[in-house]
Amino acid sequence: MSPSHSKAWRFPDRRMEWSGLTWLSACLLIAVVWASISGAYDIRVLDIASWILGAPMDVVSANVMLNIRLPRVVLGVVAGAALGVSGAVMQSLFRNPLAEPGLVGLSAGASLGAVMAIVMTGGGAFLIGGFAFIGALGATLLAYYLGRSSHNSAGLLLAGIAINVVVGSAMGLMIIQANDAQLRDLTFWNMGSLAASDWSLLLWLAPWTVMLGCLLVTQWRELNALLLGEREAFHLGFHLRRLRWRLIVLVALIVAPVVAVTGGIGFVGLVVPHLVRLWRGADHRWVLPSSAIAGALALTLADWLGRTIMAPTELPIGLVTSLIGGPFFIWLLLRGKRSSLS
Amino acid sequence: MAMWWKSVWWKSMIIAAPVILAIMLSPSAVAQDAPIPDRMMRLSAGAQQTVGTPRVVSLGGSVTEIIYALGAERQLVGVDQSSLYPLQAQQLPSVGYYRRLPVEGVASLRPTLVIASEHAGPSGVMEKLASLGVPTLKVSDQPTVESLHQRIRSVAAAVSRENQAEVLIQQFDDALSRARELPASGLRAMTVVMRGGKWLGAGHGTVADVVLREAGLNNVMSDQASYQPLTPESLSVMAPEVIIVTSGTVQAMGGLRAVKASPVLRATPAVQQGRVMVLDDLLAQGFGLRLPEAVRDIRQELAHVAKP
Repeated sequence: MSPSHSKAWRFPDRRMEWSGLTWLSACLLIAVVWASISGAYDIRVLDIASWILGAPMDVVSANVMLNIRLPRVVLGVVAGAALGVSGAVMQSLFRNPLAEPGLVGLSAGASLGAVMAIVMTGGGAFLIGGFAFIGALGATLLAYYLGRSSHNSAGLLLAGIAINVVVGSAMGLMIIQANDAQLRDLTFWNMGSLAASDWSLLLWLAPWTVMLGCLLVTQWRELNALLLGEREAFHLGFHLRRLRWRLIVLVALIVAPVVAVTGGIGFVGLVVPHLVRLWRGADHRWVLPSSAIAGALALTLADWLGRTIMAPTELPIGLVTSLIGGPFFIWLLLRGKRSSLS
Repeated sequence: MAMWWKSVWWKSMIIAAPVILAIMLSPSAVAQDAPIPDRMMRLSAGAQQTVGTPRVVSLGGSVTEIIYALGAERQLVGVDQSSLYPLQAQQLPSVGYYRRLPVEGVASLRPTLVIASEHAGPSGVMEKLASLGVPTLKVSDQPTVESLHQRIRSVAAAVSRENQAEVLIQQFDDALSRARELPASGLRAMTVVMRGGKWLGAGHGTVADVVLREAGLNNVMSDQASYQPLTPESLSVMAPEVIIVTSGTVQAMGGLRAVKASPVLRATPAVQQGRVMVLDDLLAQGFGLRLPEAVRDIRQELAHVAKP
């Protein structure tokens, strides 16, 4: 039997897309290594190589490498994976190509929670995370129920706008009490940054994200069924109400702490799953893990750009992602009629 | 085909393994090793002892200004975005806004000393820099004369210009007391800036408020904290007789004429009577060496309406 013959008889979507995942993982690996060895602080690659093999390096270089650059790259991977996979899940759950943590107000809800925790209680990572989760969950549920009544993208987008407006005004109320300095800090916070990263944070954020990411990936059958339609999914034997709740809570749980740490990083959750689908189809067994990896790749590269392009100054990463993601979004709207999901 | 993918997978794993291993092992390589630190310590000591020429990074316009006034500008290798005065400072590499400092960016200038205003941020950034082995110094930056004295002394000590410090302080104090002797007008005044398309007025707790008081004016916004948005209605109630606008705002609006024509300000007594003055941005943001200059200028300008 010739290979071409056997291929013709195979359903391409029924098999795990190992080749695509391999490509993405390899790219991510290269990006991570590249982002780790290049940055504003000039360290020779040879020095790094010999340092890894045990030779000494001067204290500042070693510290920049270990305690500034590496945690930042790792946070980029973690946050990108969380945003990518949650974007993919939301697009299928909402049955809407425009669903994304930023657009439907999830990120804003989490930000509001985080800011409220800071202003009212003085902070503490645990409290901020909890408040961010409650805000994210509330915003997502609101978006879901507001957006469900209409069957096209408009309903969800309007719901997202409404939530962003409400949250924005609530933030405004807090900002009025802030002084000039805090005000400027908040403006920058809204543009997002990975600079807050350090190992003690990643120690819990990374396992948390990996765990929830794996949980989300196991939901591929349910999400594939949802692609057919809600009624079809129901007739296939999925308990819709429970499924919806499970997915929304999982997404809020994975995105909330990331937003609390990084601030608003837009468009990764929107753009990445679309690219992944364009490349190898909409089977969630492929879309979910590859969105996570591609999201990590996108954020790693965006942060690397932001760090190096204007060195020694830095561009906020949210600015980089929206500079690239904005035009893509426009393109997406223009080709909307042909989109597989709308 | 499938075989090929399998081989690619394995090859990439073979490439990945040493990198992952290295990343996993490297923290321990730095943390534990007793024998290695030999060379490491020598290098770090070298970095801290400033053997060669000192390399100073100044973060905050109020710090940079002092370094220039002390004549220590040749030690400077980097500044932040708020270091607007003197103009030469803008030629130096900038690490961005001093409330949002990139740790690696600051370190990349290989400073032997980082002098920062106490407002430098985000929080923890100076500690992070210090933990890298970069010597840091935080200086007082409050809108008071005492804070300025303190700032001049600590900066001078850091750049080894102690003698010039006392001269500079004496000059400042003399200039300020001379400016204070000029007649005060006691007019109702307000400092405004344009930010994000909105007019904001400076309330108490701002440097602009201190400048107004020193200039013998009566800040109509003094019962409000920090910068607050202005509307035509609130301005008609407050009715400022003098409006002071920052130079950056004038530039952004395309001239003083545009400022005076703006719907929010145009009906105020200040604009009607032609008493709109321009204040350098750095003076509005940080309590600096040129405060006496600003106080003197405002008082002289309004001398004809001053009550003796």
